Amino acid sequence: MPKVTFPHVAESYRAFKMLLEDLGNEVILPPRPSMHTLDRGVQYAPEFACFPVKILLGTYLETCPQGVELIVTSGGVGPCRAGHYAQLHKKILRSLGYPIDIIVFEPPRLYPLDFLHNIQRLNPGRLSYRSVYECIKRAWRKLQALDDLEKLSHRVRPREITRGATTRTYRKVLEWIDRAYTWREIETAASSALHALHEVPQDPFRRILRVGIVGEIYVLLEPASNLEIEETLGHLGVEVERSMFLTGWTRDNTWAETSEGLTVKDAALPYLPELLGGHGRDSIGNTILYAKRGFDGVIQLAPFTCIPEIVARTILPRVSRDHNIPVLTFFLDEQTGKAGTATRLEAFVDLMRRKKSKQAGSDCNESLPWHRRGFGKYQYSNLR
Amino acid sequence: MSVRVGIPGALLYYLYYPAWSVFFRSLGAEVVSSGRTTSEMLDQGVREALADACVPVKLYFGHVMTLAQKVDYLFIPRVVCLNKETTYCPKFLGMPDMIRHSIPDLPPMIDVRLDAREGWNALRLAYRQAAEMLGAGRWAADRAYWKAAAAERRLQALLQKGCQPPEAIKMLNRGVARPVPETTARASTGMVFAVLGYPYIIHDQYISLGMLPKLQKMGVRVVTAENLPHRQLMHWHSKLDKRLFWTFSDLCMRATEYLYARGGVDGIIHLTAFGCGPDSLLDKFMEMKAREQKTIPFMSLTIDEQSGEAGVATRLEAFVDMVRRKKGALPGA
Ligand code: SF4
Ligand code: SF4
Repeated sequence: MPKVTFPHVAESYRAFKMLLEDLGNEVILPPRPSMHTLDRGVQYAPEFACFPVKILLGTYLETCPQGVELIVTSGGVGPCRAGHYAQLHKKILRSLGYPIDIIVFEPPRLYPLDFLHNIQRLNPGRLSYRSVYECIKRAWRKLQALDDLEKLSHRVRPREITRGATTRTYRKVLEWIDRAYTWREIETAASSALHALHEVPQDPFRRILRVGIVGEIYVLLEPASNLEIEETLGHLGVEVERSMFLTGWTRDNTWAETSEGLTVKDAALPYLPELLGGHGRDSIGNTILYAKRGFDGVIQLAPFTCIPEIVARTILPRVSRDHNIPVLTFFLDEQTGKAGTATRLEAFVDLMRRKKSKQAGSDCNESLPWHRRGFGKYQYSNLR
Repeated sequence: MSVRVGIPGALLYYLYYPAWSVFFRSLGAEVVSSGRTTSEMLDQGVREALADACVPVKLYFGHVMTLAQKVDYLFIPRVVCLNKETTYCPKFLGMPDMIRHSIPDLPPMIDVRLDAREGWNALRLAYRQAAEMLGAGRWAADRAYWKAAAAERRLQALLQKGCQPPEAIKMLNRGVARPVPETTARASTGMVFAVLGYPYIIHDQYISLGMLPKLQKMGVRVVTAENLPHRQLMHWHSKLDKRLFWTFSDLCMRATEYLYARGGVDGIIHLTAFGCGPDSLLDKFMEMKAREQKTIPFMSLTIDEQSGEAGVATRLEAFVDMVRRKKGALPGA
């Protein structure tokens, strides 16, 4: 059985593992990126490589010593660097003496033959196309379940009564989904997991802020690379909505919700008519959509030296002024500290709160998150 | 009085100024360029562009701001692709938008989209659009376009003869068509270095900290990617599984492969700008190539707005000495 590994992107590894094992590969699980991962990546990657390149390289360097033969990853066409990642990784890993090969999945719509060919390479069990299709379908369902769950956790966390309860429950129910295998099991696990998450005790009256998150896809999807910004925000009483998920399905909701039925592309058009590769244009378009939907603010996450996001960042202040929505940008790299980030986040949250209460003409204290309000009686009892 | 069109003296200036200036002049406009980079421009650019951009883009901002008050139109094209194959760095693609949305009080911008992939005469049509913004008709536009194309060919011819873009531009402006044999300068050591990198880094006296003149003073003759036989470079098959997407990076990679296969230079220097995205890949690939082949010494120099002239000079000298010693050790060299 060929030993296969793949990049770590949040919880998605649970689905990919299932898929690759179904096809008859031995999967070497990528560990969650840690400081150690980063150190390794930084050591061997070019200094100005995008942050994701460094993390991925670090991850591979942790799995390769376990005898990995194949790395499965996704490519990218168009003028951004993502399309060259795989080659760079291959060259570096080979020069370090790991005889690996990399399979790059390009969008199947553009390269249908390559896609099939790649599937065959990962199919040592020689399953029929039909059963391969079944496996993919199940894995996709699992991915969707994982995305749904994550999305819900973003909504529950700012309202939770006991701090940390959401995260604890979330961790627990992830395992349920992980264990599910057949279509039926996945469906059941998904719905009971969602249910369990709903059951986390919440304060429905809490005034929360809503923040949209835009930016480059990898740092958006992998919490380990963005210092768990969503969790941090949740604890500050902010509900986040991320503009991108692996399964991408949430987009349709977003589009429908704006009254004008704007697409991300249309929204960005007056500011950035050109597709830059990467997600620069989406960052702008989504910011505008969030503003139109009445969000309190937008946070842009980008890897340091990320070209499309730098372009977007140059234009965003204008968007922010035109649409009256605060925007905060984080350029992330191995030197980004958690403490500094938290301070900037808190300041940003305060700013949004002040802006909001000025608009509503309401009492400031009320709108603070519970852990920063004075301990009134009611609050105290909630705190146990 | 004729309208004044401003062409910032950065980025593509070094390869396309002759063509662009001929184009606008033949439409009856006056062409104003921001000239050589000064430290004020860099300061302005650094203030206006965001901190995370690369130096050349900051400089471009500086040039635009210097020009802004002096002209009626700014020529800031959206250069996507000129050779039907590779595109430019995404920052080129978003340049008009970045400028428009972050610098206040600009004169109108001629921001036509140049993308050769859109059809066999896409570029001509784009130039027509540009002419239209100045109120010129089709025929005038086409005539200007052909003149511009001729100017570009003249520039290429000069480059292929070994001129560097700034000299070539000067010569074209003065109407000299043949390079003055400047053999006196090469003299002493007989060493030839290839300096690879983006033209707007290498040839900008300010960003490159006067690297080319420095090398020449040390008695080293310099060739750049623009001087290598263009046709052959384009046919040189690159060992990467995929071509680099960006025109200049692709050219550099090809030049590297070509030089390592053909020899003919004693050292290769890669000049790269701090914070440049594409270079992070390119530099690594070049370095790996150099490590594989070992025949020609390789050095890569990163430059940012704070690099001191002294530091760069020291590194250059060390490299030149190293190459000289190596060369001296080779029998018959
Ligand atoms: S989008 Fe940004 S992070 Fe992704 S490859 Fe491009 S520059 Fe790198
Ligand atoms: S290629 Fe590099 S130096 Fe040139 S504009 Fe792009 S990022 Fe900047």
